[in-house]
Amino acid sequence: MNLVQEAALVAGKDLRIEARSRVTLQQVIPFGLVVLLLFAFALDPDRGILRRVAPGLFWITVLLGALLAVSRAFAVEAENGASDALRLSGLDPAGVFLGKAAAVAVELAVLETVLAVGVVILFDVGIESIGPLVLATLAATVGVAATGTLYGVLATGLRVRETLVPMLLLPVVSPVLLGATRAWEAAIDGVPGDAWPWVGLLSIFAVLYVSVGMLAFGPLLEEA
Amino acid sequence: MTLLKPAISRALGWATLVAVVVLALFGLWGAPPDSVQGDAQRLMYLHVPAAWIAYLAFGVTAISSALWLWPRTRSEVYDRVAGASAELGVIFTGLTLVLGSLWGRPVWGVWWAWDARLVTTAVLLFLYLGYLALRSVPASPDARAKRCAIAALIAFVDVPIVHFSVTWWRTLHQQATVFNPELKANIHGVMAFTLWFGVLAFTLLYVYLLDRRYRLAVLEDDLDERELERAIAERVAGAGTSVRASPGDDADKVPAEVTP
Repeated sequence: MNLVQEAALVAGKDLRIEARSRVTLQQVIPFGLVVLLLFAFALDPDRGILRRVAPGLFWITVLLGALLAVSRAFAVEAENGASDALRLSGLDPAGVFLGKAAAVAVELAVLETVLAVGVVILFDVGIESIGPLVLATLAATVGVAATGTLYGVLATGLRVRETLVPMLLLPVVSPVLLGATRAWEAAIDGVPGDAWPWVGLLSIFAVLYVSVGMLAFGPLLEEA
Repeated sequence: MTLLKPAISRALGWATLVAVVVLALFGLWGAPPDSVQGDAQRLMYLHVPAAWIAYLAFGVTAISSALWLWPRTRSEVYDRVAGASAELGVIFTGLTLVLGSLWGRPVWGVWWAWDARLVTTAVLLFLYLGYLALRSVPASPDARAKRCAIAALIAFVDVPIVHFSVTWWRTLHQQATVFNPELKANIHGVMAFTLWFGVLAFTLLYVYLLDRRYRLAVLEDDLDERELERAIAERVAGAGTSVRASPGDDADKVPAEVTP
């Protein structure tokens, strides 16, 4: 099996678990929608603030959802000695990393789709140029999934995992929040030219952390 | 096992003390007040060196972490240096932010501005606070060292990205006075001297504190080991006495209880 097949195998396993347990569908997505609703309570919808800050609120919500998705991705490995099985499976750790990150990315993409519809409907946002918006979202999602998976395995088996992962992950993905929010603003305002540099930055971030993850996942999985 | 020989460490301590006192004299009285900012500008003699040390410290953490990960140079020395340096980096980053805030209030009129370098420094502080949080999680020394070394490098590669992203986002901070691209200092001679001297004094302070913190880490590890040995010895001794005591007890009691 080559790397891509191994990654597909692991991603397929994680997504099958997800499809059967429906944690993303029944918990993470409703959680995201509740957060959108709470933002509307906090920032009075009548004053027009919501529409202006919608991209930032969207990405904050995605990051919160990502914390849950990462936590879930490694909780399933903690049960029934699954992580031992993963270590003994003989799969290339880089492939395992790619697979787990891909599964997280797919879950995030589903969450983002629902939230985007929510933002358009609830916050009255019109999207002018869809191209840069989709590309920025893709790059940001890959970056967040890669860093999240990396920190997820780093904190596996630690008793303080739930509190440690947000503390480690959020500062590292702060450029993603910044870039993705600016790209979305540009796309909503219909000035795609302003979005492209951010798409570039988000892509660099994604490529960098996917590479770091492929290198570092093996040694970290041994300790997990 | 120490980083510096005790005599060198002691000499360095004295040199640091002298340098800091001289820096205080120059910073408060030797250097002239700034023509625009007045006395508030004197904070520069602490703010800039503190920022320099913060970057130096995080750089040392990254290099030591890489050296630990490299199999040929793997040694607990690098793990301890990485941890000690990150602690100092966090302290000096915090100091940079506090001093900058105190300086910004009279000069910019605000405690905090969403300027590129301020934001980068704040993110830096949180990146390494996370690293220290990870370090403080108990684990076997080898597992902890590996985890922390990788985390340090993950954080380190993020620094340029954070820097570029926030620089694109906004810029208000005054241009670097000494570390500008031409490396020509645009300031009065005594001021420039005081600033460079501040960098020197803080570098001495950093090396001295790093050495002390390293020694503390060695002592902590030592203490852990000794406590473990003592606990094992107690266990063994406890088991031994109970084994030795039991035949005697049995000899006294068992017949007495059995006979009736």
